[in-house]
Amino acid sequence: MITFILRRLISGVVLIVVVTGVTFFLTHAASIPVAHNLLGPTASPAQVAHLNHQLGLDRPVVVQYFSWVAEAVRGNFGSSYFSSQPVGEALADRLPVTLSVVLVSLLITLVISVVLGVLAASKRGPLDFVIQAISTLSFVFPGIIIGIALVFVFSIWLHLLPAVGYTKFQDSPAGWFGSIILPAIVLAIGGIASLSAQIRGSLIDELSRDYVRTLRSRGISERSILYKHALRNASGPAFTTFSLLFISLFGAALFVEKIFALPGYGFYAFTATVQGDLPVMLGVTLFSVILVVIVNLIVDLISGWLNPKARIS
Amino acid sequence: MTSLLSVTDLRLSYPSRGFRAKRPEVLRSVSIDIAPGETLGLVGESGSGKTTLGRAILGLAKPTGGTIVFNDQDITHLSPRERRAIARDVQVVFQDPFTSLNPVLQIGDILSEPIIAQGTSRSDAQKSVGDLLDQVNLPANAAARYPREFSGGQRQRIAIARALALRPKLIVCDEPVSALDLTTQARVLDLLIDIQRQTGVAYLFITHDLSVVRHISHNVAVMFKGELVETGTAAQITEAPEHDYTKSLLLSAPIADPDRQRERREQRRAMKSFVTA
Amino acid sequence: MTTPPVPDVAVPTSKRQGALRRLLRKPLGLVSLTVLVLLVLIAILGPLYGHNPNFSTLKDINVGPGSPGHALGADQFGRDILARLLASLNVSLISGAIGAGVSTILGTVFGLIAGYTGKRTDAVTSWVFSLVMTFPALVLVLVLYPITGGSYQVMMVIFGVFLSPGTFRLVRNLVIVVRNELYVDAARVAGLSTFRILSRHVLYVIRGPLIISVAFLASTAIGVQAGLAFLGLGSTLVPSFGAMTSDAFANIYTAPVQLVWPSLTLALLTGSIVLLGNALRDVLMDVGGVAKAVKTKGRGHTSERDTATPHIEDDAPHGGLLALRNLRVSYTQPDGSERLVVRDVSLDVKIGEVVGLVGESGSGKTQTAFSVLGLLPREAHVEADLLSVGGDAISLSDPAAMRGIRGGVVAYIPQEPMSNLDPSFTIGSQLVEGLSAGMSKREAKATILALLARVGIGDPVRTFKSYPHQISGGMAQRVLIAGAVAGRPKLLIADEPTTALDVTIQAEILDLLRDLQSELGMGVLLVTHNFGVVADLCDRVIVMQAGEIVETGDVRSVFTSPKHSYTRELVGAILDENTVRSDPPPRAAGALTSEGTK
Repeated sequence: MITFILRRLISGVVLIVVVTGVTFFLTHAASIPVAHNLLGPTASPAQVAHLNHQLGLDRPVVVQYFSWVAEAVRGNFGSSYFSSQPVGEALADRLPVTLSVVLVSLLITLVISVVLGVLAASKRGPLDFVIQAISTLSFVFPGIIIGIALVFVFSIWLHLLPAVGYTKFQDSPAGWFGSIILPAIVLAIGGIASLSAQIRGSLIDELSRDYVRTLRSRGISERSILYKHALRNASGPAFTTFSLLFISLFGAALFVEKIFALPGYGFYAFTATVQGDLPVMLGVTLFSVILVVIVNLIVDLISGWLNPKARIS
Repeated sequence: MTSLLSVTDLRLSYPSRGFRAKRPEVLRSVSIDIAPGETLGLVGESGSGKTTLGRAILGLAKPTGGTIVFNDQDITHLSPRERRAIARDVQVVFQDPFTSLNPVLQIGDILSEPIIAQGTSRSDAQKSVGDLLDQVNLPANAAARYPREFSGGQRQRIAIARALALRPKLIVCDEPVSALDLTTQARVLDLLIDIQRQTGVAYLFITHDLSVVRHISHNVAVMFKGELVETGTAAQITEAPEHDYTKSLLLSAPIADPDRQRERREQRRAMKSFVTA
Repeated sequence: MTTPPVPDVAVPTSKRQGALRRLLRKPLGLVSLTVLVLLVLIAILGPLYGHNPNFSTLKDINVGPGSPGHALGADQFGRDILARLLASLNVSLISGAIGAGVSTILGTVFGLIAGYTGKRTDAVTSWVFSLVMTFPALVLVLVLYPITGGSYQVMMVIFGVFLSPGTFRLVRNLVIVVRNELYVDAARVAGLSTFRILSRHVLYVIRGPLIISVAFLASTAIGVQAGLAFLGLGSTLVPSFGAMTSDAFANIYTAPVQLVWPSLTLALLTGSIVLLGNALRDVLMDVGGVAKAVKTKGRGHTSERDTATPHIEDDAPHGGLLALRNLRVSYTQPDGSERLVVRDVSLDVKIGEVVGLVGESGSGKTQTAFSVLGLLPREAHVEADLLSVGGDAISLSDPAAMRGIRGGVVAYIPQEPMSNLDPSFTIGSQLVEGLSAGMSKREAKATILALLARVGIGDPVRTFKSYPHQISGGMAQRVLIAGAVAGRPKLLIADEPTTALDVTIQAEILDLLRDLQSELGMGVLLVTHNFGVVADLCDRVIVMQAGEIVETGDVRSVFTSPKHSYTRELVGAILDENTVRSDPPPRAAGALTSEGTK
């Protein structure tokens, strides 16, 4: 058990090093004229060179990378070239925004998917069709379109919800909810489509297995068979899908943040990228990878617990 | 005596998982001989290693010791190309008629494939298909159909036809009738015997069913947990077995006569049990 | 004795249609394919339209649809919307092709290698791909944006790389399954080279799921490219649905109608691809696809006959524990007709009597047994004039009533031990659950422990706490028997309870069943194809063929003087234990000649 966690942590560290290293070297290879961008087109070469030196950009790449690593390990992620705001601080500000949207979205997805999946698997008939329809629709209309449509309907037309902006929970719970519910719904639609179809499929498979028939032969109730046995056995693959969803939502959050003008980490990453704001880009990448490693670890642990064969050994 | 197939002290262990675990020994110094045109019945239960022995002879499993000599050639470890040359002489019929034929290929393609793999042209190979189908008493129009359109017994015939395609000297039959109904079993067994009489092919007939093995074998070898416990002619083994395990195997298979079955039951219960689970 | 020629199989007269044909017959398939083809044609012919999608002029800003020279109007920069739409279609199609193409090729090549070659290559490749899978793809696409120089094609290549683990995993898992199939073994024995095996057998069999995944990959790639363009990543000179939507979004108060065009066309494109994928899934995943290739048939046996001959019955029907009159079971075929698998079957089981239900595959014996339990799948149509158990008549169409008799009155022993235990629960908890009504948990546990000992399990406590994968097949069957008799049933229905077991274990299980039967005084309906088992356990025999009963009688008379021709044939096919192979092998010499004894 301990060895398992240790092994995952080690591969996690490897992953972090690889990804940040690759990012670092690739962005360097792209030769973004950072100093030039900062100073504007009228800067003289001397000024550019001076700024480059100040920012440490004239050192060899490898040195730059290791010095970043050295600082990062101590918790100092540098500051944005453009705003001079410490990256760590900026992330801390922005993360709650993205997290609010993602977590609420996941909650909606989970609840609705389980309900739909279970009902469709046990009742079949018209519900099957509903799930297939939702699934297809979510592919047909990519999130951005739905997001825009929702903004149009609820904000511009009905004036029910704010079109843009984010209200902190501390300031006003209702306002907070109002500002994140539309983006959360947009993100949830794709998730519901795939997760509910997955749950339905797995459940139908389980319910057709031999052991279910044998359990029925002992007089056990349909309810127990569905919720206690079938769902339990079907949860493994569903859980994997759910975790992949979580990770992908962090990427997808980027889009809703633009549509709904939320000051989240996705949009932060985006602006940094276009500008070549290296410390921010690295900080964001680092954070994403750490997030992925932690989520994967938790997922593996829970999957292992769910599967008796793995649990014993 | 010229032996067609001669296995000497064959050993096989699966690669161990992790250095601590013991390597399970599936075959422990097994030796058998088959003369040309003869049927050797290989009998055992699950875990006896009989299927693994068959697979080792076919090149589907790698022995870790001992030798297999076929037609005076050592075939214990062969490269894929050498294996292809041997394919002309050693073929197989598997147990499961549902999965031993590729479901997306037509029968004609399935039957001509081994011939084409040896280098014959496609058109020449197609000509042989009709003959093969005839040999196993299937109509010629079967060639354009897919496996799922046939019953299990018919599919086994197709598998047998495929095995015959290269006119082998030895066919390893791995439980070929175990998945078939009683009436079909009898027919397929008789077909196999006919083919042996006509072509002189030898069989290594692997099965767990003693009544089947008696019907088709000249000689019988009994395996238990990777070892050979007894060999002899079919008559010897099935009427006067010497080893206790063979005796218990014989007594365990129920016979279709209530009174004699009861006697047999008493006899078996008087013996020690070989069951460990 | 030569085998008589088998009559030609009754096969459907029309040959199986090609996949494309079947696709076109489905309305969904036809429509989506047509729409997609149309869109592709439009994109190819787009440049013929002539108008420059980037040409902007002040005088045409935001003109509405239908204005001269602008069939769909112009955007806030005065650029013709229709021209931009056509160009965007091109961009999206190319994006889809690149994204799906890169992902599929990478995933397939490595999936084939990993699935087919040894464990080590598999471990390494799988590790690499799972590493790639965990990359937060979008973030990395963003971060790598600078080196793409704004080219959407390069971005799609990168994204395709990130999508490839999905394809890799799909292909690898399928290949592993196919690799272990017997027809691949047969191909190896026939001497086929690895390349031939991969291309002819493996690839051909997995093409169904692969094609379907290409459809979904393409639509995902298109969606992502639109999203990235929406964010503003990419050259402003390249029109795309994303860019158009972004512009229209900025313009939402002035001319909301501009949102409609790109949204609708994009939806049409992704929609047709996805629906095509769904239709393809239905068409390709049926017979001949991997789904069927992979699902091995259960241990059921197969026969070559199909029609029954008239029925012979013994004297007056007995009464008692089970009475079944005129049972009929049918299934609806795809063409709408009903296929009758059990026709007017009537039988009786007395209290304490063991009745063997014998037949080959397709005889309907298993269907009959399951009908008494009410455990046929929902697609089955079951009806009977009478079903009476323990003296009480029960309606087959009343699920609650049928459930009521299960466990306590009627119990079931299945054929295949391991697949009939829930892998996620301990043996103990599964068995106790069946007893939970009517006794306390402690009593139930004690009962089960006692039963486990009774059925011959050496360490009941340990088995109670074990999971199914930790016990052997023989033990599992004993556990299932314990579970069946726990409720002290009056009638036991056993479906080939020893077929899946080794012959020495079989004998012990038969002993166990006999002992339990006499101890509990149960009536038993034993479904089997093995006459030895019948001789060992049964008092009476019922012979079925093609859904009908052809003969019944007590065990001795059916064996010694079968009346019906089919019964005679069955009994005749039992391999006589006195027959030993008598003809010598062609060139045998010395010690290896056999001595015939017939």
